[in-house]
Amino acid sequence: MNDRYDAIVVGAGHNGLVCASLLAKAGRKVLVLEAKDQVGGAAITRTFAEGYSVSACAHLLYQLQPQVRKDLGLEFDVSSEQMGTIALSPDGNHVRYNGNEVSGTSDEDAASYKDFYRRMTRFADLLQTYLNKTPPRLAKDASLSDLLTLVRLGFDVRRLGKVEMQEFLRLIGINIYDELVERFESGLLKGALSLDAVLGTHLGPRSPNTILTYLYRLAGSHGTISAPAGGMSAVSEALAHSARDNGATIRTGMPVKKIIIENGRAAGVETENGEQFSSWLVVSNADPKTTIMRLVSARNVETGFTRRVHNIRMRGNAAKLHLALDGLPHIKGIEKGEYGERFVVAPDENYVERAFNAAKYGETSTKPVFEITFPSFRDSSLAPTGKHVLSAIVQYAPYALREGWSDETRQAFLDRAIATLGEYMPDLKQRISAAEMLTPADIEKEFLITGGHWHHGELSLDQFLFTRPVGGAAQYAMPLDGLYLCGAGAHPGGGVSGAAGRNAARAILKREKAA
Amino acid sequence: MKTYDAIVIGAGHNGLTNAAYLAKSGLDVLCVEKNDYIGGATVSRNLYKDWYYSNYSYVCSLLRPEIYRDLELARHGLQVTPYGGGSVFMENGDYLGSYPDEEVHHREYARFSQADADAYERYSADTMRQCRFIRDFLLRTPPDPTSFKPRDLKELAYLGKKFFEMSEQRMYDTIRFWTMSVAEYLDEYFETDVIKAALSGSGIIGTALGIHSPGTAYVLLHHYMGEVDGNMGAWGFARGGMGAVADAISKSYQSLGGELRTDAGVDQIVVKNGKVKGVALTSGEEIDSRIVVSAMDVKRTFLKCMDKSDLDPDFYHRVKHFKIRGSSGKVNIALDGMPTFPALPKNSPLLNGDMHFIDSMERMERAYDDWKEGTWSKDPYVDMVIPTTSDPTMAPPGKHFMSCFVQYCPAKVEGREWTPEERDQFGQTVIDQIAEYSPDFKDLILHAEIRTPQDIEDEAGLTEGNIFHGELTMDQLMFNRPIPGYAQYRGPVAGLYMCGSSTHPGGGVMSAPGCNAAREILFDLKRPDVTPLSFSED
Repeated sequence: MNDRYDAIVVGAGHNGLVCASLLAKAGRKVLVLEAKDQVGGAAITRTFAEGYSVSACAHLLYQLQPQVRKDLGLEFDVSSEQMGTIALSPDGNHVRYNGNEVSGTSDEDAASYKDFYRRMTRFADLLQTYLNKTPPRLAKDASLSDLLTLVRLGFDVRRLGKVEMQEFLRLIGINIYDELVERFESGLLKGALSLDAVLGTHLGPRSPNTILTYLYRLAGSHGTISAPAGGMSAVSEALAHSARDNGATIRTGMPVKKIIIENGRAAGVETENGEQFSSWLVVSNADPKTTIMRLVSARNVETGFTRRVHNIRMRGNAAKLHLALDGLPHIKGIEKGEYGERFVVAPDENYVERAFNAAKYGETSTKPVFEITFPSFRDSSLAPTGKHVLSAIVQYAPYALREGWSDETRQAFLDRAIATLGEYMPDLKQRISAAEMLTPADIEKEFLITGGHWHHGELSLDQFLFTRPVGGAAQYAMPLDGLYLCGAGAHPGGGVSGAAGRNAARAILKREKAA
Repeated sequence: MKTYDAIVIGAGHNGLTNAAYLAKSGLDVLCVEKNDYIGGATVSRNLYKDWYYSNYSYVCSLLRPEIYRDLELARHGLQVTPYGGGSVFMENGDYLGSYPDEEVHHREYARFSQADADAYERYSADTMRQCRFIRDFLLRTPPDPTSFKPRDLKELAYLGKKFFEMSEQRMYDTIRFWTMSVAEYLDEYFETDVIKAALSGSGIIGTALGIHSPGTAYVLLHHYMGEVDGNMGAWGFARGGMGAVADAISKSYQSLGGELRTDAGVDQIVVKNGKVKGVALTSGEEIDSRIVVSAMDVKRTFLKCMDKSDLDPDFYHRVKHFKIRGSSGKVNIALDGMPTFPALPKNSPLLNGDMHFIDSMERMERAYDDWKEGTWSKDPYVDMVIPTTSDPTMAPPGKHFMSCFVQYCPAKVEGREWTPEERDQFGQTVIDQIAEYSPDFKDLILHAEIRTPQDIEDEAGLTEGNIFHGELTMDQLMFNRPIPGYAQYRGPVAGLYMCGSSTHPGGGVMSAPGCNAAREILFDLKRPDVTPLSFSED
């Protein structure tokens, strides 16, 4: 064995970097091993066609937790701030919203949206407090701090006041569809808000749970969207910089083959090229299935735990579309200055639900939904002068496609996506000089995430808080001494938030202190 | 003019149960019913020659045994005979049976998958554990989590105690069970499609959700938490049809001195100076009462039978948006003889059980997709039983009665009223599906009663024909049912109470809401509680 470290972090995704930086800041000797040549995991910028770069997976920033920024003194430039959303209509009568303002709808809808936004952001604030805490254990012999967290949670819910508390308890378990239909007339608004709730999940707007996923999106910055200058790598590079500043060593191009288990505890890691690094503390930024089934191996853990890990639902539905364009496509009713906004294609709530129907049967949506940006519009570093990049999340493209993912099925979905976009951008097709479609299968391969699911596990009430990734292991410590999880598969979940990495680091340090 | 102590609106099983307990306490009670027969949706009607149909509800299990015993329903003529097992007919000509005998059941599942046969025991134990947990709360009033009243705090503490009594892993399992979909829940145990399809039906019966919708695992409980003769999860036929349940409760009620009037539909609940004064019947007659208890669902109670100006606007808004969706219909058939099902062995006991004709999870879910688009399922989930195989009283000798519960079926077809032609097409869809597996079935049909949600609303009074008086989603369960802040059976006007299935613990022929409401009313009147306690752990 060569060098001994206080902690080894497997994977330099944004959560791994946050965790490594905080551990290093606390004086630990930390090694981060990254399989790829670039840090960032799914939060990276990369070239997809000559001269054209794009945030290859996550492409907008709205969940980065203020606590993470503050703890690490994180700084990076943004190219767009407070981006608005434009819900596209083929006839050019779009609906626009930003913060609590909406235009293009009736006055009643606009007023109702203000009220909706107020209530939702209030609930999101409550949720956010708990996204940045280790979930308490539920047990008769739980520690005092676990009990206090539970009591505090009850207290915080009560503090909403009688009416808001009733609304919170009514809404938290249900679907966004019913709430939207109850409140709004405008199909475009209902469609766009449905999309916000279901992006990245295996849920349709009618699926219960989608209020929770919507609140999750708002937790942190109330849904205010920005784009880092130079793409998502700006965030990851800033995190890597912070980690190195704090004394951590980051080695890229070092895929970990296995986590070494000795006498029932983690003892270090072995890389694909045969190098071994020892440490009594191994923190995995990989998803829980990869961590337990592949890196640790099921034979080293108890079967009940293996079964629960096996049962984690993590099949992605979101594909990523990148187009190199020789100019901005024409969109009816969109001013030249508006191309820096976020566009969505989700004409109404039933359209979104129908798009989801296909995913249930392992088929891609005939009419997909889109979240679209033109990052090059405000960030000239991403495309040659005068040229542009379109980056879009396209749903639903189920990981477990019935016919299986192949070049043909990928191409078919790409063609369909472009055809659908063509209904809103008639000259799009002529402007495309290169196109790339990343299906969940591609995302699994490229970003090493099982199922290509950006949350490292479906975000739903049964895989949330106490039971994320699985019941009994929600406190970042896995049931093997010295092994921790710090990725999106742990509480609270995915998105470029850094919460899981920060919570894990704090849980580790607290536990060490107690020992 | 006479003033009653209490008027109960609706002589369904919950209204009658409520009335019975109020009468038992010595109150002067009148129960009024709009139809000229009692029972609501718990009814046996003679619509064709000598056949008696269980027109709406068709099997019995959920009726709380505490109430069954306390109201002496056996003495008043209610007899429930358990029936054995069920079957799913498969497109490939095979079938999947489920049997009450564990060994036979294991062998049958093993025909498809040894792993699934072994997993069934674990599945069954885990599900029963959830039933035991919820069962403790069926005959209790849900606490108001926003209140600081000692009663509410005590109930909350009780809930917490019951929860924390479990082992750590069980607590997590419970949280997951309450929030996941029935499909995902089954995926954790089974690999065989037809086995999952067979078990998933109980997660969606009566609800406007698909098997993949989160929250449907919980709905399973509404089909497992009952019992027949102490056998948890067992189902039975009420001898003489489901009307026998209402008849027995009614006899018990009348033996306690209660008064019953049929053909007495309520037009309005009369409110004066912020307090109920009685009811006005559709005939124009007014009857005074100190208390009015509505066994109707909340929409019918507050939107149809009350003046909007008597209600708080926020309350009115919530009632208006209460989710009570038509998702199922009914086809009742008089048969000239027992149809044959060639897939089953001769004289199979499965002929006495429930039969289903959907053999895959995909078909189950696609049935729901049709409903979302505003039409009845073209390949529906049918829960079919022939009660006359064990109850000879419902049809002449050698003849049979078949009950088909059909899901999904919308309250309106693509947003407009049903036409008679569409109703017939809906019935035909069901008949065609069954005929696929029974060649002589069509020739044996003597008479068929087809009931869409609209028909169910018109006859039995259930808004949109929703069998649970409101969806069993998390925003409408426990302290959220029917409306947050109104979960303790008290209406928004002094002297007005709710005792129907819109209230906790919800629908099914359970009688728990009726009983719980009586307890709260007696509490308010400062009278001794005469409702039964929950049986302790078995």
